[in-house]
Amino acid sequence: MMEFNFVTVLEQWPMLLRGLGLTVTLTAFSAVLGALLGTACAWARLHGGPILKRVVGAYVELVRNTPFIIQLFFIFFGLPSLGLRLSVEVACVLAMVFNLGAYACEIVRAGLQTTPRGQLEAAMSLALTPWQTFSRVVLPPALARIWPALVSQIIIVMLGSAVCGQISAEELSQAANLISSRTFRSFESYIIVTAIYLLLAIALRQLLYWVGPRFIFSSR
Amino acid sequence: MKFKLLSTLAGVLTSAVLSVATPAHAADDSLTSILAKKSIALGVASDFPPYGYMGPDFKLTGVDVATAQLIADKLGVKADFVPVSTPNRIPYLQTKKIDLIVSALGKNPEREKVIDFTVAYAPFFQAVFGPKALSIKSFDDLAGKTIAVTRGTIQDDVLQKVAPPTLKIQRFEDDATTVAAFISQQTQLLATGAAVAAAAVQKNPQVQAEYKLLLKDSPNFIGVRKGETALLTKVNEILRAAKADGTLEKYSQKWLGRGTGVLPD
Repeated sequence: MMEFNFVTVLEQWPMLLRGLGLTVTLTAFSAVLGALLGTACAWARLHGGPILKRVVGAYVELVRNTPFIIQLFFIFFGLPSLGLRLSVEVACVLAMVFNLGAYACEIVRAGLQTTPRGQLEAAMSLALTPWQTFSRVVLPPALARIWPALVSQIIIVMLGSAVCGQISAEELSQAANLISSRTFRSFESYIIVTAIYLLLAIALRQLLYWVGPRFIFSSR
Repeated sequence: MKFKLLSTLAGVLTSAVLSVATPAHAADDSLTSILAKKSIALGVASDFPPYGYMGPDFKLTGVDVATAQLIADKLGVKADFVPVSTPNRIPYLQTKKIDLIVSALGKNPEREKVIDFTVAYAPFFQAVFGPKALSIKSFDDLAGKTIAVTRGTIQDDVLQKVAPPTLKIQRFEDDATTVAAFISQQTQLLATGAAVAAAAVQKNPQVQAEYKLLLKDSPNFIGVRKGETALLTKVNEILRAAKADGTLEKYSQKWLGRGTGVLPD
């Protein structure tokens, strides 16, 4: 029978806390920037010129058809050979924003495309400019429709940040790795970190479900 | 029935393997037969720079290979190099496929139970490596620098104990990513084993990395079959002479970029 020893692991709580802090920070930056990038790309794929459509389409295909860890390695290990050296944290945020942007693009586009024709005609008959139509008439209900899917994608990206430990970012899963290699209590470390991720994901989902209808696509 | 046959067969095989792997103390006759054959079988690594590896001319080279060649020359016999790997080298020695293991072999109590060791002939070490332009003379000079290290290794432990707190230690999951971080200049310094650093520098000459600080020493010994006292004594004689006349020092400088230091006798 295996004996558990959670105390040894929990004694390392400052490291867990720092890890949690970095995971939350990375997620916060990449969720906001990624969702904005995704919305911009969705607009571009529907209303942009032919070249812009092509470029955005290529970006979406590139990101959605390659593993996240490879994208991260490319940014961290590959870009310096082109003369662009980023800190670990910036490289992580950039990779996560890039990744979320492509998925969010397709999710938001799905929402935009399901706008009923009548609403567009109504906007036109009110002589709204294309920008007013997009930002006031099309986007808010579209976001309301795809909000659950977008929230799920943000949570996937948050969980995906576990990979950032591979380039030495000391986020939550890297903290678990460090603790397990120092205390040789790997099972306990990973159980604790699993629980933290679970709570974090639930909390994030609740937060976004609360924030969305009130601040992002409020129906007023 | 079938199971019984299988288990009998397995039993026979196991005992056969065991009797091969742990032979009774060998008769002390290897030196005589080496001199009679005029050839010695030397187990060397072929993929472990800078100890034993294929040079650009497809010939084996490195500290181990040079030392092995030296032993053959001093015995006045032909060197017959047999490439060995870390898991198979001790069984090769025990089953007489080779007469000596010269492949960055470290000494530990488990190994001492099954084979004998000569005196040490070359250093093996974990160290801090960095670009020539960066001056690192002591651990205090590491303050404010960044260093790549593989998580949970000896070098990670030692660094944590001796380095100043302002050294930013970036931990990676394996040697390949650790080296990649250093080569792509994401970190200024690299803490790793001598062999890994040598391979990294050899494949990325533009980096201009050199040895800076010693983290941990664990020298290499030559492995001899248990009970081969005559051969052991002879090889020890050769190694001590090579140590005294500076040959081992020269090999170490040439391939490892530092002296042998104090090698345990």
